[in-house]
Amino acid sequence: MAVISRGFGARRRESDPRLPPGQYLTEDFPVLSAGPTPRIDLSEWRFDLRTESGEGASWSWDEFMDLPIEDVHTDIHCVTRWSKLGTSWRGVSLDTLVDAVETEASYAMAHSYGGYTTNIPLEDLLGGRAWVAFEFEGEPLDPEHGGPARLLVPHLYFWKSAKWVRGLTLMDDDEPGFWEQNGYNMHGDPWTEERYW
Amino acid sequence: MTVGGWRPARVVETVPATPSARILRLAVADWPGSLAGQHVDVRLTAEDGYQAVRSYSLGSYGSGETIELGVDEIPDGEVSPYLVRDVLPGDELEVKGPLGGYFVWQPGGVAPVQFIAGGSGVVPLMAMVRAATDAGAAASARLLYSTRRPENAIYREELSDGAGDRGVAVSWAYTRAAPAGWDGQVGRLDDERLREAVWPPSSAPIVYVCGPTGFVEHVADALVRLGHPPARIRTERFGGA
Ligand SMILES: Cc1cc2nc3c(=O)[nH]c(=O)nc-3n(C[C@H](O)[C@H](O)[C@H](O)COP(=O)(O)OP(=O)(O)OC[C@H]3O[C@@H](n4cnc5c(N)ncnc54)[C@H](O)[C@@H]3O)c2cc1C
Repeated sequence: MAVISRGFGARRRESDPRLPPGQYLTEDFPVLSAGPTPRIDLSEWRFDLRTESGEGASWSWDEFMDLPIEDVHTDIHCVTRWSKLGTSWRGVSLDTLVDAVETEASYAMAHSYGGYTTNIPLEDLLGGRAWVAFEFEGEPLDPEHGGPARLLVPHLYFWKSAKWVRGLTLMDDDEPGFWEQNGYNMHGDPWTEERYW
Repeated sequence: MTVGGWRPARVVETVPATPSARILRLAVADWPGSLAGQHVDVRLTAEDGYQAVRSYSLGSYGSGETIELGVDEIPDGEVSPYLVRDVLPGDELEVKGPLGGYFVWQPGGVAPVQFIAGGSGVVPLMAMVRAATDAGAAASARLLYSTRRPENAIYREELSDGAGDRGVAVSWAYTRAAPAGWDGQVGRLDDERLREAVWPPSSAPIVYVCGPTGFVEHVADALVRLGHPPARIRTERFGGA
């Protein structure tokens, strides 16, 4: 039984069935990250994909822009409890990227400029469920929101949507990334509140 | 680090801290203790079962069954006005934690440490200031605290008194109005003020920056510009602008 807090509730926010448990709606776009915002020049940007056998594929910004680009309309959910509904993004599907290599791997580690890492099961990245996004609401993605490009895995808590992404390493076995080593869940499904260990 | 479930917490004391902020002391049975810099999730439940949860940093650290929060009211907010105005000693809420394994300070490092706070961002840094003082490491620690006006500084007295032989050296910055006799600038922390008040990059400090998102973005960017390696800057963003 939850403890009742006397007199609480006067200023409650509207609830919405599109919100996972424990989330509240925000209209602005909060920023959470562990350090300063990296600034990456497009001429230096690369996206590297490494498989479990060490094989790889790599794209420059221009090569990346030649890949099929998709529009994504989705809700996003941060582990710090804000959710944003109906956000619009453009990016390249992870299906397109992973198609470029041969792999039997089950997990991926995303690596970011600035050193951030996060682990994601490969099945959560494929099947039209994840993108490398570079536009938000019709504009190039701001550096503070992960620009020039971030991972977008909207069905998991947003710490999995690594900002300033620079590549993925595919792995046979799961390993914890940055927040996962610091107390966050290995998977991060908002609907079952996989927040912490 | 295993977090565990929700724990009942009883408000034992509320202390006005600024015109818009209050310090809450909560008794939590079997509280496992925390590291300086960690936070808790606070859960409030209304009579009809409606719930809201927000994160609040701990101003306290270490063992003991009383924890301390410092909450600043966001005027249009749902939770902070309740915590700052409505809650009374004896009232109950729930906490989960301690949370966060990264934005923490523990004694033992050799590098000097720099704390930089904006507004209520001082709360986890206060826990670190207290921990550094208790550990005898205050001489290598500095705090730069930016508030709108002097009266908006949470922990103002404790920070002003502490700056003796034993305490952490504190520098103040004011964005709207300074105290009488202040000969410094008034306004957003600029590169020059940061250069003056912060350990220089040559002494390789580890820097902790905490406050509203806009403040943290601005300060962290400036630190990088001044030559501090990004890997030595740890940030905690409280949300908002
Ligand atoms: C790890 C962590 C630790 C935190 N520690 C503290 C703390 O020690 N003391 C403290 O007072 N707050 C702290 N916060 C902020 C706190 O969790 C709430 O966000 C804040 O109290 C506002 O909640 P609310 O329900 O009153 O407002 P809401 O109803 O959630 O929001 C109202 C409006 O205020 C904006 N807003 C939210 N947070 C802030 C902010 N911090 N500054 C300016 N605008 C904001 C929102 O974007 C929204 O538009 C912390 C946040 C995090 C993530």
